[in-house]
Amino acid sequence: MAEKIKVATTSLAGCFGCHMSFLDIDERILELAQVAEFDRSPLTDIKHCSAAVDIGLVEGGLCNAENVHTLREFRKSCKILVAVGACAINGGIPALRNRVPLEECLAESYLHGVGVENPQIPSDPELPLLLNKVRPIHEVVKVDYFLPGCPPSADVFWKFLTDLTSGHEPSLPYPLVHYD
Amino acid sequence: MNIRNTITIDGTPVPFQDGDTIMDAATRAGIYIPHLCHNPEFKPHGSCKLCTVNVNGRNCSACTFPAADGQQVLNSTEELNATRRTITQMLFVEGNHFCPSCEKSGNCQLQGVAYFLNMLDPHFPLFYPERETDSSHPDILLDRDRCILCELCVRASREIDGKNVFGLSGRGIHTHLVVNADSGLLKDTDLTPADKAAQVCPVGAIIVKRHGFESPIGARQFDQQNVSEWSLSWEPAAMGDEHG
Ligand code: SF4
Ligand code: SF4
Ligand code: FES
Repeated sequence: MAEKIKVATTSLAGCFGCHMSFLDIDERILELAQVAEFDRSPLTDIKHCSAAVDIGLVEGGLCNAENVHTLREFRKSCKILVAVGACAINGGIPALRNRVPLEECLAESYLHGVGVENPQIPSDPELPLLLNKVRPIHEVVKVDYFLPGCPPSADVFWKFLTDLTSGHEPSLPYPLVHYD
Repeated sequence: MNIRNTITIDGTPVPFQDGDTIMDAATRAGIYIPHLCHNPEFKPHGSCKLCTVNVNGRNCSACTFPAADGQQVLNSTEELNATRRTITQMLFVEGNHFCPSCEKSGNCQLQGVAYFLNMLDPHFPLFYPERETDSSHPDILLDRDRCILCELCVRASREIDGKNVFGLSGRGIHTHLVVNADSGLLKDTDLTPADKAAQVCPVGAIIVKRHGFESPIGARQFDQQNVSEWSLSWEPAAMGDEHG
């Protein structure tokens, strides 16, 4: 049997909604498992990409330094890198904070917010530093394909992956293109 | 062939009437040319350039360019649609378009056109501009983040409502929509939800409050119908008066 296609996934500044929607392909995942296997992914809990991943699916934009680090690892390891969902594509809902200075965001959440006890800005050195603004991933690495939607429907994932695994240039017909 | 008062669009002969623009002739013939700032109920504005067509070898705006005997017009070509897609991407990155949190999503013409052009990504770096939202009016919200500066509200308020509530100010990238009141706020104007200006916005910049989620995402206009079919379903009938 031919070697299986390696698929890695990650969620950066996203809500895991895209991953949930991906799993909405339901029993079709068995069909997918015939030709593909998961590499690094929250679904496998594998922490790093193997050397040659075929398809990397990236949910979420970039809101902190660790997101940038992870994205670069994906770009390095994946032959095909895919921006999945509104947040990866244009920053999405997390980017609504871009109009508020970072200091004010932190103060609202950790100092003056409703119900805050023991107010302090988290400063543990283990915590990744926040970026000044949330950014989409195509501003940092080259992205090969984009799957819009918030989240993209299961059918979008299915169409895209089956196009790729059957050797077609992926395309999304009108009914599969949504930004919401 | 009789070419009097006839142009061709993508090789198809299309008759036109005196005073028609290329857009008028196309609309009457049931041919869709993508557009945003054009609305057949108003005088053409020619600002968004989405309606770019090729006339006898030159690109021009179909909504303002007069039809003339024998013109050969290219409309639905891969190249023109790529240009239009780029224009649409620029419109998206210049504003703040977070569709999942926008009441207009699914009913928005900018989105509809982007779907039509199979725009899957913004291509350019995002501007994330800082623009002011005006929620002062009890019934109407003005969210400048989503404004594409088409001036339809400006034209509607002046020409139909007779109120002159809106205007554009500034130049280039600093152009922005202003409200004609000393305070600059919508609450200090006589704009009402029944005004044409409150209803004509093709995007989610002017929103009549408390209607946003009446129909669920997935069951809205452009979820059901391609923007080309939607345009042709009402625009030919709406253009009646202007050349009457
Ligand atoms: S105005 Fe249209 S394109 Fe902009 S956020 Fe709203 S639905 Fe999306
Ligand atoms: S508010 Fe709407 S109608 Fe007015 S200029 Fe902006 S996009 Fe056009
Ligand atoms: S529709 Fe013609 S320039 Fe906007």
